[in-house]
Amino acid sequence: MEGFTHLIPHAAGHEVIRQRRRDLTLVRMTPDIIYDQLIGAGCARKLVFSWAGNPGVGSLHRFRDAVEHAWPVPLEIEEHSHAGMANKYMAGASGLPFAILRGYRGTSLASQTAGVAEVVCPFTSERLTAVSALRPDVAVVHAQQADRLGNVQYWGITGVQKECVLASARSVVTVEEIVDVLDPRPGAVVLPSWAVSYVAVVPGGAHPSYALGYSARDNDFYVAWDAISRDRATFTAWLDEHVYHRPAGPAGPAGDAVLAGDTGTAR
Amino acid sequence: MSYTADEMMTVTAAHALRDQMTCFVGIGLPSEAANLARATHAPNLILIYESGTIGAKPGVLPLSIGDGILAETADSVVSVPEIFNYWLQSGRIDVGFLGAAQLDKFGNINTTVIGDDYADPRVRLPGAGGAPEIAAACREVIVVIRQSRRTFVDRVDFVTSVGFGDGPGSRQRLGLTGAGPSRVITDLGVLTPDPQTSELTLSGIYPGVSVADIKGRTGWDLRVSADLSELPAPSEPELTALRGLLATMPASKADRVPPAAAASAPVTARATEGAAR
Repeated sequence: MEGFTHLIPHAAGHEVIRQRRRDLTLVRMTPDIIYDQLIGAGCARKLVFSWAGNPGVGSLHRFRDAVEHAWPVPLEIEEHSHAGMANKYMAGASGLPFAILRGYRGTSLASQTAGVAEVVCPFTSERLTAVSALRPDVAVVHAQQADRLGNVQYWGITGVQKECVLASARSVVTVEEIVDVLDPRPGAVVLPSWAVSYVAVVPGGAHPSYALGYSARDNDFYVAWDAISRDRATFTAWLDEHVYHRPAGPAGPAGDAVLAGDTGTAR
Repeated sequence: MSYTADEMMTVTAAHALRDQMTCFVGIGLPSEAANLARATHAPNLILIYESGTIGAKPGVLPLSIGDGILAETADSVVSVPEIFNYWLQSGRIDVGFLGAAQLDKFGNINTTVIGDDYADPRVRLPGAGGAPEIAAACREVIVVIRQSRRTFVDRVDFVTSVGFGDGPGSRQRLGLTGAGPSRVITDLGVLTPDPQTSELTLSGIYPGVSVADIKGRTGWDLRVSADLSELPAPSEPELTALRGLLATMPASKADRVPPAAAASAPVTARATEGAAR
């Protein structure tokens, strides 16, 4: 699941929790609240990431509890820098086994993290860093719009979602709305229908993240999450009320949007 | 006008930025200082956030690096791979503006784990984010961090981002293209690297703070520059601008800074380390 602060597929994440999926390898540059929930719910066995925090607020307490105390289950981690993760997705999207960057050199990350190696440029002899390709089984992203054919359009902070979708074997895109025709927008990314596996309409499906033009980031919820997630019992009660006992339906006010069913299967 | 140690730190950090610089901004203290600079002496400062927003001009302080206001006011919004590869790695950015959980005498930064054992950390921190490549590739790096024996250590537990590595020559051996940390701005004063040893030395001190205070809150035998100078207190317009900016994000500030410290405890009373945290 990707989304760089913007367009984070929270509702789809909640459906994964409701389906009680286990032993997932979760991949994401910036695991924030939705991954904290997936980890706290016991869905994940491994996390591949580059920054795990609550942006502007502080720690992810469920993530920390899993790493520091193996609660509710142990969490294996593979961590990178943002540039490393972005390049790993690019390699996957490009169908290459690895990507090259100037990075990791001199850091402790290089020795702790699998899939990072030194390479020598065949033309200049500069020593560079290779990072292995990411090839997830499934990409889950959120977008503003799809048309009736399943072409997807999103704009604003576009993050690494295009690379994530193209690097993955299959993809699910939740969207704010289905439109007859996608109007061209400055800076928008369009994913053609044949490059996307499934589209589902989930208005408000990014909350408490946001969809530019449709909703604002619910900064108050991000701040409130700190207290909700700090304590195992409080977290579990929140999960019961807002995820497990929330039937499929329209988006609720507290990040409870749920998958409303596929409206179009693009291929 | 009385002010807090945090306000002194943020204003001093803002002074480090010049108009029309390109500045890669980390969230938190660096973002506050960069936006203060843009609101005061550097209106044409070019703010770049790792979310891909280039030339963002937020009228309010963003809580995250990806708030909508950054995209809406940016000159250009690019993808995350592009911001790191085309804009940062290629050496186009003047200054990287970073925070840190732990910092050592060679300006190396730890934001990953506290404790000796990576596999079984005492404290798990958020991790690297964009910092390693910001620290490697920007022409210079400025670090903003509150100073204590816990944060200012002889050697960091984990090198997330490289400052001067093991000392002189490290950056060249590693092939890091930028010059590294040019100054570290804390809630007590300013440290700059010694040109010979690359070791961070005390070069600026805030009004009402003693060298002994600063040494007492440093986890290595801190050297003091022969040119040590006292830095000017924040001006009234600067404090007004800063407080106006901070007032735009009350929820997060309330979370991070206890009200007692935010409510202008005078610096002479030294709001104390606890209040600053």
